[in-house]
Amino acid sequence: MPSLKQTPLNAAHRAMGAKMVDFGGWDMPVNYGSQIEEHHQVRNDCGMFDVSHMRVVDVKGEGARAFLRHLLANNVDKLTVPGKALYSTMLLENGGVIDDLIVYFMREDWFRIVVNAGTADNDLAWMKQQAAQHAPQLTIVDHPELAMIAVQGPNARTKVWEALPGSKELSEHLIPFSAVEMGSMFIARTGYTGEDGFEIMLPAKAAPFFWATLAEHGVKPIGLGARDTLRLEAGMNLYGHDMNERVGPLESGLAWTVDLKSPRDFIGKAALLAHPPTLKLVGLLLLDRGVLRDHQHVHSAHGEGEITSGSFSPTLEKSIALARVPNGVQIGDSVQVAVRDKMLAARVVKYPFARNGKGLV
Amino acid sequence: MSNPGNLKYTASHEWVKTEADGTLTVGITDHAQELLGDMVFVEAPTAGRKLKAKEECAVVESVKAAADVYAPVSGTVTAANSELDGTPEAINSDPYGAWIFKMKPDNAADVAALLDATAYQAVVDSEAH
Repeated sequence: MPSLKQTPLNAAHRAMGAKMVDFGGWDMPVNYGSQIEEHHQVRNDCGMFDVSHMRVVDVKGEGARAFLRHLLANNVDKLTVPGKALYSTMLLENGGVIDDLIVYFMREDWFRIVVNAGTADNDLAWMKQQAAQHAPQLTIVDHPELAMIAVQGPNARTKVWEALPGSKELSEHLIPFSAVEMGSMFIARTGYTGEDGFEIMLPAKAAPFFWATLAEHGVKPIGLGARDTLRLEAGMNLYGHDMNERVGPLESGLAWTVDLKSPRDFIGKAALLAHPPTLKLVGLLLLDRGVLRDHQHVHSAHGEGEITSGSFSPTLEKSIALARVPNGVQIGDSVQVAVRDKMLAARVVKYPFARNGKGLV
Repeated sequence: MSNPGNLKYTASHEWVKTEADGTLTVGITDHAQELLGDMVFVEAPTAGRKLKAKEECAVVESVKAAADVYAPVSGTVTAANSELDGTPEAINSDPYGAWIFKMKPDNAADVAALLDATAYQAVVDSEAH
């Protein structure tokens, strides 16, 4: 077995009693005891996540904006104020999703992109290949030496300000989905939980001390298990589950992130226009007892679908899922889900299921 | 938590307690609940169901995953623990108290052939490598 990759916080996780698992080749904490308690901790107070396995990629040079206008399905022209961030997918010519990402506009000659861990090498190769063809003057540099710590929850920002002197003045007025630099740190008001908070990039060497300082200020560590139930409740897609290279953004609940209106061309646009979606992503709430899981079949009056992300919602204390179903399925419809040898009743609901500490379904 | 010495075990992580009347009480081990994490749903077999040894007969689901529970020996289900419907997390907090079902074995001698605590611990240790 190849040895697992480690983040700079590996020893800290073990010291805090984490249960470690192989997460796409990374040795990561799945929980530090109870996943459900960690979930509630973030919804009700705050917690910190080691997301150093995610990759930071800088696009630097003249013409960076024009390059990203072509590379990404969302339109970077929406980014006019330095520090502002945009969520986007990056598509293949056939419209399949290579990855989803956040792009930060720092300067006209510097955009920062954060991509998923499992797809990072593939993303980087694609970006470099596209740059070589369309914008050879650009440098595309990834930063595996940067760690990333997410602090999330209603009290997250206050805790960060207490733990990190000088950060309050800089980040107090940051609007959601924007970032600011603080020395060698990069503070973004972004996240993957449906709660307020920060994602903070910093040099790997500084990460253990910052993590320990947050812990001293009462911030509890949260594993990747709770990260998944938090993002599912918040209705946020997970790459490889809710979309992939064979399924486009329009069939993955991401039409809001694809700019088809402007005359701008981008990779994958022609394919999206040529093939209007016949499927869509909806939320499911399980009415019977049980737990919805990925890949279970959904039976509706309009045909079959499939669960792309299913789990138990600690906030609602019911099972929820995202499912890809035929376009005709509507909010409020009753559907059946095949769970082992049974057909269980579920209702089609609007998502997000929960955000900002509250259930919404 | 150590495995109680008065119980028998299976390699598939069930524990089995023989009651005074010969009935068997079945649950999952501390090691199994630890692997699965926070329990959120238990589906136990209904009373009267005939079971063959090693047959899938119950399901425990944590936030993370679903796992089958297997019949330790052949026999007939006599009761299911309905308290777990509302408190599946009891399996996490008290794995050797939170039983899942009771059964009457076809042959009491089959129980003697199950693993003792030491042999079960060896199974757990071997999985860790």
